[in-house]
Amino acid sequence: MADTPMMEMRAITKRFPGVLANDNVDFDVRAGEVHTLLGENGAGKSTLMKILYGLYQADEGEVLLDGEPVVIDSPTTAISHNIGMIHQHFMLVETLTVAENVALGLPSSKGAFTDLDVVSDHIVELGGKYGLDLDPSAVVWQLAVGQKQRVEILKALYREAHLLILDEPTAVLTPQEVDQLFGTLRQLTADGRGLIFISHKLHEVLALSDRITVLRQGRVTGHATPDGATRSSLAEMMVGREVKLAPDKPDVTVAEPALVVSGLEVYGDRGLVAVDDFSLEVRAGEILGIAGVSGNGQRELAEAIAGLRAVTKGSIEIAGTDVTNNRPIEVRDVGLAYVPEGRMKDGCIASFTVSENVLLVDHRESRFLNRGLFDFGAIREHSQGLVDEYSVKTPTLETPVRSLSGGNIQKLILARELEGTPTVLLASQPTRGVDIGAAEYIHERLVTQREEGTAILVISEDLDEVFGLSDRIAVMYEGQVMGIVDPATATREQVGLMMAGVRPELSP
Amino acid sequence: MSEFFTEAVLIATIASGIRFAVPLLLAGLGEAYGQRSGVLNLGVDGVMLLGAFGGYYTVLKVGNVWIGLLAGLGVGLILGLISAFITVTLKADQGISGIGVFLFGLGMSDLLFQRLVGTPRFIDTFPRIEIPLLGDIPWIGEMLFRQNLVVYLAFLAIPVSMVVINRTTFGMKIRAVGENPEAADSLGVSVAKVRYATMLIGGTLAGVAGAALAIDLGIFQQNITNAQGFIAIALVYFGAWRPLGVMLGALLYGFVNSLVIQWKTLGIITDSWSDFAAMAPAIITILALVVVATRFRAPSALTKPFERGE
Repeated sequence: MADTPMMEMRAITKRFPGVLANDNVDFDVRAGEVHTLLGENGAGKSTLMKILYGLYQADEGEVLLDGEPVVIDSPTTAISHNIGMIHQHFMLVETLTVAENVALGLPSSKGAFTDLDVVSDHIVELGGKYGLDLDPSAVVWQLAVGQKQRVEILKALYREAHLLILDEPTAVLTPQEVDQLFGTLRQLTADGRGLIFISHKLHEVLALSDRITVLRQGRVTGHATPDGATRSSLAEMMVGREVKLAPDKPDVTVAEPALVVSGLEVYGDRGLVAVDDFSLEVRAGEILGIAGVSGNGQRELAEAIAGLRAVTKGSIEIAGTDVTNNRPIEVRDVGLAYVPEGRMKDGCIASFTVSENVLLVDHRESRFLNRGLFDFGAIREHSQGLVDEYSVKTPTLETPVRSLSGGNIQKLILARELEGTPTVLLASQPTRGVDIGAAEYIHERLVTQREEGTAILVISEDLDEVFGLSDRIAVMYEGQVMGIVDPATATREQVGLMMAGVRPELSP
Repeated sequence: MSEFFTEAVLIATIASGIRFAVPLLLAGLGEAYGQRSGVLNLGVDGVMLLGAFGGYYTVLKVGNVWIGLLAGLGVGLILGLISAFITVTLKADQGISGIGVFLFGLGMSDLLFQRLVGTPRFIDTFPRIEIPLLGDIPWIGEMLFRQNLVVYLAFLAIPVSMVVINRTTFGMKIRAVGENPEAADSLGVSVAKVRYATMLIGGTLAGVAGAALAIDLGIFQQNITNAQGFIAIALVYFGAWRPLGVMLGALLYGFVNSLVIQWKTLGIITDSWSDFAAMAPAIITILALVVVATRFRAPSALTKPFERGE
């Protein structure tokens, strides 16, 4: 390793209105290493990387490349300095081909006309070298998630990136795809490239990193190396206190099935079958986790159960009542509580206040009405009770939920939904994008609810969450159940294979 | 009805249908560039009206139809620049700002006409150019190859646009910016530059379309476009954002229009029915639109102003 880091950020400070996103942050990368940036959402990782990639300008501090100070004022400048970024949300033009996505923005060897044949040859050559097989003429929207990510990496390599920023690259991958990705990444470091890996998946961080820097609330709060750290020690550095990574689950005797889904068929937005002959039972007092890569029908399944999407075949029963194709309010009346995956889109109204969002569900109850009009005294009292009980951090009850953090919004939604002990709780991605503290709290709440006899269906892309919470795990692939496993005996690899569409030889 | 099915009438109907299609074709192609890059320009009709007046007035004063056409082009370029400034730089709502440009064009073109011209006077129209050999082909020659220069140029703009959009780096940037401007931006493509360029192309073509319309008719009057700018926008959807599709739509509209006029002249449809029949092109276009537009997807970023950062 060279003495001078290939990239060094010194004393970076970045302010946004009301927020200090980066506070005097130092960070560097040496050639041939993976330096991980670890931290919760809002810790300032993305801001720091956007400064490095020229999407934001730092208010203070400087960036050095090979020891020389540089000004990176746009992505174009970053690219010209051989910096590449793999964004968390793919930066791909879905209607263009792989080759077009790679060639976009680059000068063509044929002047004004595109030179896609030349580009394609080079893509195949790079792909062969780094295990990134792709058909250059394939249109991007037809590719699987893992393939799209390869396009992103190829885009950076094609531009001769020596320093690669990977912003949560594993979020949407199966464990096997993660292994494959890590293989590619190790080859890249072996060739002398420097990698910045951003993640909050602790076991991946420990598996891939050479060095780890932890950020919290915009500041560097610690450094670690994988041999001296554990998942708990890293989590503690991220949160600033000791955290429980999986909730304690007392034994509960399960009762009769409360949610029965049989032979369900549901169509997706593109008019294709999204849920295909899907059958499942969730019993009172158990948590059933549905694992799977996003886009395999989980969203459509949840919407069908909640009465938000038409069922074309099969049936849904809650507490013995057939609720197939019932209106959402009828399904709720039977005892369904629903925490949707789209927190801001489906779970709440961002411009409404805390109280108003509580009322979204309760507005029909007579105790909040006074001669047909809202009784604001009763409403305030009730909302205050929920806010206190679930420790939702909000300045006032009249604050629009938009200005609350993701974790607090999710706690508020959970508080609203869990009122009056529902028969069935359907929670989609309950902790996606929320801080570890709130996630820990939400997990504990789900476990408490399980003890109270609610049948809980958790849909999650986070395997740690599924393993930590569930009594049984169902794996969903292309709208079907690939199998149901016991988290106590199953391995992540088994579940990963099922997530990739491989049926287990023996279904328990 | 039998008088319609004579060689001369049929040929004349098709030949004028092609001519009627020209303003729609030009304006529609221009609008397609904008929409492919994610900008919906509802002001096309206003630009056409001002282009029409600019073209008409120039010919009236200078006496040269080609200078008139250039004047329309200039007017379109300026209005394209203004539209781009409003929608790209100021990031205004594209629906409302487009309606503003339309109303401005509608009012301003009439005001200028009243103040500068007053009573309508006829001007020279485009001379027909008979293409050697091709013009001599029976039937076909008369329909296709004895038109004026603007007709040939308008149809030449179709293959040119196809090549530009599909085979050049500029076209690739247009398509990328219209689908995912964040992705284009992250690769160093200037979203603003691309959208300014397509808005300038769109404005220019709309201005030329308006001038071509007025000079072809040899006259200007209030609201001379009769909402053809809006039809042109509809044709972009009809044509699924592809130059060839826009051409098909423009020709369909032109033919139906020409047919209605021909039947009216021949007395096949009575006067009392003729106003009703005048709606036919619009109705047929709308029906075709409903059938076609549902099968294709608009550019994802259409009508969405681009702002860097989440």
